[in-house]
Amino acid sequence: MIALLARDLTLAIRAGGGFGLGLAFFLILAVLVPLGVGPEGEILARIAPGILWVGALLACLLSLDRIFALDFEDGSLDLLATAPIPLEGVVSIKALAHWLTTGLPLTLAAPVLGVLFSLPATGYLWLVVSLTLGTPALSVIGTFGAALTVGLKRGGLLLSLLVLPMYIPTLVFGAEVVARGAAGLSVTTPLVLLAGITFGAAALLPFASAMVIRINLR
Amino acid sequence: MTSLWEYANPRKFMATTGWLLPLISMLAAVCVTVGLIWGFFFTPDDFRQGSTVKIVFIHVPAAMMAINAWVMMLIASLIWLIRRHHVSALAAKAAAPVGVVMTLIALFTGAIWGQPMWGTWWAWDPRLTSFLILFLFYLGYVAMWAAIDDPDTGADLTAVLCLVGSVFAVLSRYAAIFWNQGLHQGASLSVAPGERMDMTYKLPLYVSMLGFGLLFLALVLAGTRTEIRARRMKALIARERMV
Repeated sequence: MIALLARDLTLAIRAGGGFGLGLAFFLILAVLVPLGVGPEGEILARIAPGILWVGALLACLLSLDRIFALDFEDGSLDLLATAPIPLEGVVSIKALAHWLTTGLPLTLAAPVLGVLFSLPATGYLWLVVSLTLGTPALSVIGTFGAALTVGLKRGGLLLSLLVLPMYIPTLVFGAEVVARGAAGLSVTTPLVLLAGITFGAAALLPFASAMVIRINLR
Repeated sequence: MTSLWEYANPRKFMATTGWLLPLISMLAAVCVTVGLIWGFFFTPDDFRQGSTVKIVFIHVPAAMMAINAWVMMLIASLIWLIRRHHVSALAAKAAAPVGVVMTLIALFTGAIWGQPMWGTWWAWDPRLTSFLILFLFYLGYVAMWAAIDDPDTGADLTAVLCLVGSVFAVLSRYAAIFWNQGLHQGASLSVAPGERMDMTYKLPLYVSMLGFGLLFLALVLAGTRTEIRARRMKALIARERMV
């Protein structure tokens, strides 16, 4: 499994486009929003949690169809499905690799963008915490979506239609953590709910993803 | 001893629905017509809401069926995954477009009702938001069916999607409630007309609800029959090509 993780990471970094693309998209989005909304600090600070979370979500979405598509095309997905490790494990590793190459960089880059949005100082900690807790859920849910659409020729657009509604709870609770943290309120409730979604999704969705891949490979 | 599972046999299903469908359609037409005409023309205007209250006779049944359609799809998907009865998968497929339309009707009539009542077409109220989200889930489900060529693969994938989607739809609903109350301190707009209602409104509303339920049933049966016929036709064409 570690070998698989290493392979996926190497592929993501060397194959070009996948690794930095999400991050670059996140940056571009963060530049575009103030240009569209206007440069007033108060408004930006108010919408910062939401914008940063929506940005993370969209950046995550960009690289989703790469999770299985390449492996499906060159046949290595069939090999992985018949490999001695269970397919559920393969799917989890794939999700982890996706998180390491998109979710983690986004989490690390977000505080810098928080400065651009003049986020209140108290918000930074919660921004990082909520993204660390929430982006794994995005990767796991996205892996399920990618597994659903892996056999389709033009799955990309369908993928976003399927996955984005499922991102809603994560988005709501994640942005709420940042908003409350920035306002100095208690963040316990949304934080617990966010963690619940992440752990619940990570525990259950790989089974659904593996099932869907088996159907797609049939 | 007859069991419900007999109807998983397409022939038995076709034979039974063949005479059942016109009956249900007739009943649905009668109930909807009676419910709506009674509701629109033979109920008094509400003392606060005036005549706009009458849109309730479309809005509430449509909203009810929008949710029930998804529940029915969920059950049908489960039956397909567990017992692999094709009719069940086709019924789920047939229910989705009806659910889309019911959701749209509920959203539109809600907007038309909301404009004079709340002074706005749309508010980010939890109920409204969760209906919009439900609509998105329906769209994804329908698009998934449309995207796959192989019928069995399509049935399998959409069934799993329906199961997972249901969990997330429920989660989204609670997220929407949480989000709005958390940010805006309690929405004062309540969309619960059924509670303080007088019998003069309730009776036609019940008739209309029954009518919408029957209408849904009739549309799903008709859709399922169409799907079964389409499959038979495909099989016939394939057989002809082989000869």
